[in-house]
Amino acid sequence: MCGIAGIVNMLDGPRIEHTLIAAMTGMLHHRGPDGSGYYLDAKAGLGHARLSIIDLEGGKQPIHNEDKTVWVVFNGEIFNYVELRAELLARGHRFYTQSDTEVLVHLYEEFGADFVTRLNGQFAIALWDLASHSLLLARDRPGIAPLFYAEDAGRLLFASEVKALLPALTDRPALNLEALDQLFTFWSPVSPDTLFTGVKSLGPGELLLLQAGRITRRQYWDWAFPEDGDYLPGTADALAEELLALLTDATRIRLRADVAVGAYLSGGLDSSALTALIHRSSNLPLRTFSIRFDDPGLDEGTYQQAMVDHLQVDHRSIHCRHGDIAANFLEAIWHIESPVLRTAPVPMGILSGLVRAQDYKVVLTGEGADEVLGGYDIFKENKIRQFWARRPDSRCRPLLLKRLYPYLDLTQASSQHYLQSFFGAALDRPDLPIFSHIPRWNTTARCKDFFSGETRERLTENAIERISMTLPPALGSWHPFNRAQYLEARSLMPGYLLSAQGDRMLMQHSVEGRYPFLDHRVIEFSNRLNPRYKMNVLNEKFLLKKAMQRYLPEAIVQRYKQPYRAPDNPSFRVEQPPAYIDELLDDSMIRRAGYFDSRKVQLLRAKISRGRAIGYKDNMAFCSILSTQAWHHLFVDQLGQRIKIAAQRADTIKSVS
Amino acid sequence: MSVEQQVREYILENYLFTDDGSALANSDSFLEMGILDSTGILEVILFLEEEFGITVEPEEMIPEHLDSVERIVNFIGDKKRIAS
Repeated sequence: MCGIAGIVNMLDGPRIEHTLIAAMTGMLHHRGPDGSGYYLDAKAGLGHARLSIIDLEGGKQPIHNEDKTVWVVFNGEIFNYVELRAELLARGHRFYTQSDTEVLVHLYEEFGADFVTRLNGQFAIALWDLASHSLLLARDRPGIAPLFYAEDAGRLLFASEVKALLPALTDRPALNLEALDQLFTFWSPVSPDTLFTGVKSLGPGELLLLQAGRITRRQYWDWAFPEDGDYLPGTADALAEELLALLTDATRIRLRADVAVGAYLSGGLDSSALTALIHRSSNLPLRTFSIRFDDPGLDEGTYQQAMVDHLQVDHRSIHCRHGDIAANFLEAIWHIESPVLRTAPVPMGILSGLVRAQDYKVVLTGEGADEVLGGYDIFKENKIRQFWARRPDSRCRPLLLKRLYPYLDLTQASSQHYLQSFFGAALDRPDLPIFSHIPRWNTTARCKDFFSGETRERLTENAIERISMTLPPALGSWHPFNRAQYLEARSLMPGYLLSAQGDRMLMQHSVEGRYPFLDHRVIEFSNRLNPRYKMNVLNEKFLLKKAMQRYLPEAIVQRYKQPYRAPDNPSFRVEQPPAYIDELLDDSMIRRAGYFDSRKVQLLRAKISRGRAIGYKDNMAFCSILSTQAWHHLFVDQLGQRIKIAAQRADTIKSVS
Repeated sequence: MSVEQQVREYILENYLFTDDGSALANSDSFLEMGILDSTGILEVILFLEEEFGITVEPEEMIPEHLDSVERIVNFIGDKKRIAS
């Protein structure tokens, strides 16, 4: 991946200063430390910070077409560029580089904005057309590469991360409280909102066109499922073969690079399947990377070793201790640019540091398999709650939840009652489009108990109503399993997993992640499967297991699914906690920022220091409060200092126009 | 695939972890074999409801209906006859 940033005058406006483009691009140095370049004319400026992976010598951006009337900056990878290039050459286009970027300008000449549907890849693209004075912004289908924009004083600003917009914005950053309320429900704001007032995110599978001062947005791709019953024909065995062929090809084209490519190996089914697929596609020795934890409940070392032995890969792991999470937390929030409810992203940042230290800048990961092929506990929970909703007065049916949460002790009447009241939410309305996610969203929303009176007064929207309005009308005709899949694929995955826990933690150390399970051909195939092939009764990722079982050790295929988690509040109860924790949570800081009720926060801190806060809710509240305060500190209080540092890099950027 | 085959395959794969059909006779009692616990029987009911489009009533959740392949096959037959 790389970083892109730019400015376009929406109508006639003063000339764009190249120093501003340089300052914006400078804020993205971590995304592209291998060089930077810019293009500037009377109306537009495009900046690019490069992480060089394909065509190391020639691939410098911005890149133009034959007569320099179309310019592009691009973050990401076009995996089918080899095939596209051959097609474009046959149509008479001339290329001046070997890069994947260059296919974009020629495809645009051929197909206009719709060219994005020809791409197989992960991308955030900004394309400037001098002939029509129009700017096109595009983001990949599942939402791997980030892209943000803002309208400010007659200009459209855009960038890979919000921090790069900040040097060009007129007003100081302010926290968008509605977005915070959404994050405290869904783990991320509902697109296009971001934590920053006035800054929007381009959604997964969306295009934005700026022409004659007008902005239009259009969804060019979305997760779509057939009407219930209208599924792909074929036996499970035949469909498993087809899935295997698709995954093999998705992996093969993701190994295209002019640098070494590694892989993340957690020891779960997805990363193990991926490692086996890479092994099938390439004879090159493969290096894999993983995280280890002290807590045996979180550590997956045994399974990682099983795969290492099975495939004989060259494996490196890094041990993440509690103190490491506290020490890296603040910097992680700078990269994530929003509060987080769990500490889980931080070890992913530590892991990408290991990758970079080993001179790797590309890793393949198994992310996306759970969303695409039906692996998550929330899908099981949904099935069981649907099963229960068919006979809501049954005392037995909810007991099936024990299959899902085997560690829950249901022998006590209180926990039984808890399960029923928690999972029984909306049981009388199983057709509700958001039925599957109500228990999770209700739990997450408990963080809002800590909001200050002032925050509560200023909130006017209902987050759940807001997300409900974004759902496609066809959703009602889909199988309940697919409805849950859609919600997960459109909210948590792009908003949190691929960003806070994905792109941002990888790019912190200039490492690019690639996701074969999120190849749109795999997604489109899987979406047409009968849901029973994704989850067979309560056996998750049924078809993936069938497709991969002959390449994996039995223990991995049969393994009970363990979600990736990191230690939460114990991370901050280390012997010498970093000073920022006390500073950010100090009564005066909480009051000055104004988001939370300081008295409640101090009581929570006291409970934690007594070692009494062990529940899910307390952990989540602590992490969300600390990270919100960190966000305020970094982006409101300290921002000027960070921009100054970035501006110092500005004189190294080179003009390519 | 017949109802019997579907039920047999599901029990074999998910509770006996085998595709060897000789491991299970249609009259074998799940309770006596010890292959199903109380939650397991709920899982079987979830399977039956999804696969055959029936809903199992609380009073029907008894071994007479659910404790062997042949009992399940008969039970589903009865349910479908009543429904039609």
